[in-house]
Amino acid sequence: MSDSLVSVNAVNKIYQRGGEKLVVLDDLNLEVPKGDFLALMGPSGSGKTTLLNLIGGLDTPTSGSVEVDNARLDTLNSRALSRWRASHVGFIFQFYNLLPVLTAFRNVELPLLLTKLSSSQRKEHVETALNIVSLVDRASHKPNELSGGQQQRVAIARALVSDPDILICDEPTGDLDRETSTEILNLLQVLNRDHGKTILMVTHDPMAAEFAKRILHLDKGKLSN
Amino acid sequence: MKYWMLISAALKRKQTRTVLTICSITVAFVLFGTLRSIAVAFTEDVDFSGDDRLVVMSKLSFIEPLPMAYHQRIQSVEGVDLVAHREWFGGTYIDVNNFFPKWPVNAEVWFDVYPEFIISEQEKRDFVNTRTGMVAGKAIAEKYNWKVGDKIPIMGDIWVKEDGSILWEFDLVGIFSQEEGSGVYGGDQQAFINHSYFEESRMWGKGTVGNYVVKVKNKEDNERIAKEIDKMFANSSDETKTSTEAAFSKMFAEQVGDIGLIMNSILAAVFFTMLLVTGNTMSQAVRERTPELAVFKTIGYSDSKILCLVLVEAMFMCFLGMAIGIAISFIVFLFLEDDLAAFIEGISFQPSVILWAFATALVMALIAGLPPALGAMRLKVVDALRKD
Repeated sequence: MSDSLVSVNAVNKIYQRGGEKLVVLDDLNLEVPKGDFLALMGPSGSGKTTLLNLIGGLDTPTSGSVEVDNARLDTLNSRALSRWRASHVGFIFQFYNLLPVLTAFRNVELPLLLTKLSSSQRKEHVETALNIVSLVDRASHKPNELSGGQQQRVAIARALVSDPDILICDEPTGDLDRETSTEILNLLQVLNRDHGKTILMVTHDPMAAEFAKRILHLDKGKLSN
Repeated sequence: MKYWMLISAALKRKQTRTVLTICSITVAFVLFGTLRSIAVAFTEDVDFSGDDRLVVMSKLSFIEPLPMAYHQRIQSVEGVDLVAHREWFGGTYIDVNNFFPKWPVNAEVWFDVYPEFIISEQEKRDFVNTRTGMVAGKAIAEKYNWKVGDKIPIMGDIWVKEDGSILWEFDLVGIFSQEEGSGVYGGDQQAFINHSYFEESRMWGKGTVGNYVVKVKNKEDNERIAKEIDKMFANSSDETKTSTEAAFSKMFAEQVGDIGLIMNSILAAVFFTMLLVTGNTMSQAVRERTPELAVFKTIGYSDSKILCLVLVEAMFMCFLGMAIGIAISFIVFLFLEDDLAAFIEGISFQPSVILWAFATALVMALIAGLPPALGAMRLKVVDALRKD
């Protein structure tokens, strides 16, 4: 058992493309302590998103082990992984991925539908999450009535609402202008510093990476400082 | 149900498409409710106790005549109250498009056998006493603007007069209506002719009738009386087949073919098409939502939950369309029941159709919804998010 929140040990991820083997992660090791804010950088195709997917329980390694908060993700079946994701991890995507026909409130409520919380308890949690991202006044707005930055903040509230240990952010500012990106990155810093969330962020943007406590580079499936 | 908002969101995503799909399903179930009720009326077993009138016709075919001499013998069967007879006249009133059934009947008892027809005592007497008398249903009289006293010319196409003429002229002596909701065979869309004049004047077929209508004292005795009548004429040159009036009217309508089979075949074609439409709509709707479904999975929705959400969405559309469609077909029957019963007695909205519709909607939802639901369930999050 490790002291780290995330422990990636000797992980290989190999894709079979026709007759060719494509090694995306090559004997990779990574330790992420609780409360860390880690930025993963690297060129396209270097395996950043694949690594995030493994840590987020969305994918399984070809070999090696992935342990998050003492749970061996590589040994869990699909159903157990779904349950684990619902309570331990929040995802933030580049393109927000909100449901266009639902209001901000309803979008944030989505993960809570999987819990046994009552309607009033869910409302309380959603309002708290929207309050953290300063969007309470936009709760009844649909995504197309919100700016890109506001949509990303709704997505962050959705990721936060079930109070997960880790936030996994895949290019969270990739679709935003500089000013809005800074707002989002400041928000992530607040979540890390004031709310104790461990954050793993993939980015191409060196400025965005500067907001993290640590930066690691991934190239050809291997990590370097 | 806390998940309802997700199903509602999926349906609202392309509202026009959802509404049109539900409308298509509704139309299919209007047809289902209507045609299936008719099919059931044609395929159900004869219920002897459901009617106090029996029809005696030739065992060979309902177009074969029976001897008029059978009248007294049928009357002598225990439990028989009254015996009337009728003949199919055919014929054309001015134009072939002016079709309505015309029956030479024995005027003396006809309206006693059919008390559901409302006619004044005076008109009844006139019908009996006027050799060339005709009484017409109210609907026919109104349609052709007939009044009592009018002469009604009919060009015979089956029956020729002794002098070789095919022009029959009748005197309209009465107009009858029918009790509301009585649903009597033919209703007020037919005319009756005094059999005496017809019998004297026709060139051939004298001494025969088309079939007998037997009014029984107690309908519980129907089956026994039917058997006794048929037994009485067994092994004669004119064997009989006795059944209820409802069965006779069905047989009459089935001249055009096996109505039950035709109705069921139409329904099968309609539902096959609807399966393709609904299946295609569901597949398209799920395909468009691939990134959203991937997000659901990412935030912890299990495969089985995704499967259920998509299936419930298909079921909602099918069941809503079914409920509206069946309600409309029920209303259609409320308005048209009397008119339909005029052609085929015993036709009404069948409650069993609701159960069949429920089962059909369920099967339809499963067949149309299961393939896209399975596709959504098997969706690999990593691949789906990459596509986005």
